[in-house]
Amino acid sequence: MNLFKIAWKSLKQRRLASGLTALNIALGVMLMVLVLVIFGAVDSAFTQRSIAYDLIVGPKGSDLQLVLSAVYRMQPPIENLPYLYLEQLRKDPRVVSAVPLAFGDVTEEGSFPIVGTTPEYFENDYMQGRSFKIRGSRVNGLLDTIIGHEVARKNGWDFGSTFTIVHGGAESGHVHDEKFTVVAVLAPTGTANDRTVFLNIEGFYAIAGHSKPIPEYEKRLRDFYAGDPERLAAAMSQLEAAKKIEAEDAVAGHDEHHHHATPDAMKEVTAILVKTRPDTPFDSFSLMSELKTGYQAMAVNPIIPIQKLVAGMLGNIQKALLTLIAVIILVSGVGIFVSIYNSMSDRRREIGIMRALGAGRVHVFSIILAESTLLCVCGGLVGWIVGHGLAVFSAPWLIERTGLLIDPWAVNPWEATLFPVLLGLAALVGFLPAMTAYRTNVADALSS
Amino acid sequence: MSLLLERVTKSYREPGGKPIPVLGIERFAMNQGEQVALIGSSGGGKTTLLNIISGILTPNSGRVVVDNTDLATKPEVVRDRFRAAKIGIVFQTFNLLPAFSALENVLLGMSFSGRSVDKPFAIQLLERVGLGHRLHHAPQKLSVGEQQRVAVARSLANKPVLLLADEPTANVDLANQQLILDLIRDTCRDHNVTLLMVTHSADVAGAFTRIENLKDFNRPERCLQGQSA
Repeated sequence: MNLFKIAWKSLKQRRLASGLTALNIALGVMLMVLVLVIFGAVDSAFTQRSIAYDLIVGPKGSDLQLVLSAVYRMQPPIENLPYLYLEQLRKDPRVVSAVPLAFGDVTEEGSFPIVGTTPEYFENDYMQGRSFKIRGSRVNGLLDTIIGHEVARKNGWDFGSTFTIVHGGAESGHVHDEKFTVVAVLAPTGTANDRTVFLNIEGFYAIAGHSKPIPEYEKRLRDFYAGDPERLAAAMSQLEAAKKIEAEDAVAGHDEHHHHATPDAMKEVTAILVKTRPDTPFDSFSLMSELKTGYQAMAVNPIIPIQKLVAGMLGNIQKALLTLIAVIILVSGVGIFVSIYNSMSDRRREIGIMRALGAGRVHVFSIILAESTLLCVCGGLVGWIVGHGLAVFSAPWLIERTGLLIDPWAVNPWEATLFPVLLGLAALVGFLPAMTAYRTNVADALSS
Repeated sequence: MSLLLERVTKSYREPGGKPIPVLGIERFAMNQGEQVALIGSSGGGKTTLLNIISGILTPNSGRVVVDNTDLATKPEVVRDRFRAAKIGIVFQTFNLLPAFSALENVLLGMSFSGRSVDKPFAIQLLERVGLGHRLHHAPQKLSVGEQQRVAVARSLANKPVLLLADEPTANVDLANQQLILDLIRDTCRDHNVTLLMVTHSADVAGAFTRIENLKDFNRPERCLQGQSA
């Protein structure tokens, strides 16, 4: 009969006290697992797996604001870039894919961001290795939209639902006249796409009030291409052509709703998502450094600013929660100590009997340590399984409510430290009671 | 010679530091397989003597030789191992461990000896004491007589050379007294185990051919003489 079997039998003898003590540890470990699972989901949502593009190109400004607005749609856009620049990027041999995003408006109902883009956006993966799953038909008309899972759920929209949008954010109060129609719904992605309404970028330009006076475009193009006279000249000639059409429309008496295809020189994009060649990782670096010196644009790696933000903000919250849980587990450890230590006076005779049967001091010391180890490890194991089990059960609910893609069985590296820590705790809290057993005077214990 | 005590003294100290002499034995010996009833008044040092013979306590002076090993000179860890392997003990209050079944109590006795646990032999012992049908019962589910029979089986689990029994029939009813006495004596005889049984009962002592009264060979004052010498 080995020490652990003897210890197990002793624990079973005091099953209520032992069970409650192990439950303490289990609860602490369960909380830890849940925190790690949730933070793991938050971490992956915000960092390495959040986007499958190498660069985000936008107007010069804050890196973080560009990423927050283009990827997470949590901030208003900084400014716009000429559409001509998108064409220029598409021709760059280093660029595999350049997808425009135009945004700034929100739905009237629920204030979900409106993003104008191209079908390429849905053909590319939204996260590394994850492609969009779309339920519904293709976008054909200028006012057809694809809505994210969260938009559909919150607003109760499905195919055929119609809605209006507010210009420049909910607080502007300027509702566009156009009625948009839902033609497709995205499956949950766990990203900001779930909270976004997509429409064809041409539809975005066609919305009344989205165009600016030609002189303003001229000024913007001049600013943007100040260092590149050749491209500026090409842009200006396009703009001249647009001016002529506008003048002809004015003579013919067409109102502003009379629609011509918007000339490229009068189009703008808010950000451009760029994929560079996968086998040449330096492409993205060379593009970034080129943009730093020329034009009025910048390119950022979408991961770095967010990683900094997450590490700075969520990292501290995670640390605070884990510290709190460590204290809970430590308190549970004190509970084990109290439980075993209190039982020692009742078990003095039992220890005396074992010693009389030939058990050495080290034997009885080890039996008590084995008891605290079993309580810690079994409690920890139960807590770990229940923690992940709860994550399994609550994952669908959490995905539904938060959009976080939770992997309930994902083992955080922190969890690898759990059992060594519990073993250390067992040794710590078991030591004093074990020493009491070690020091038991056999003759006195037997006569007690 | 299975057991030999020579010039053994033992005293305790009062809280004030004054020594209380308990044992002063010039010589006491038992042959292999011999059975002795030890009688004596309460507080006369019988339990202390058994504790010294079993190596639980060490004497202040003298030799305690069991199976050619002088326990008085051995460190505690050796005495513990020797006790587990060579000495069986039957207590007045049985001292079965409540967390373990009858069989496990017997196996537990084997676990500490350093030898491999012999489960078939443990079952055989329990069958021998008439508890083959109670192997997996917890002690508290057994009658008093059955508990003492488990204790007897446990004491023989490691095939000891010496069995020390401290008033093993004091807490059992009359019907069981003779049964347990016969059981201990017959089993010891069958396995050629030396038996030293402490008893207050004249009936129990009467069953032995050799009866020793502790006061006849114990002179506690020798303790003090030894200390002053």
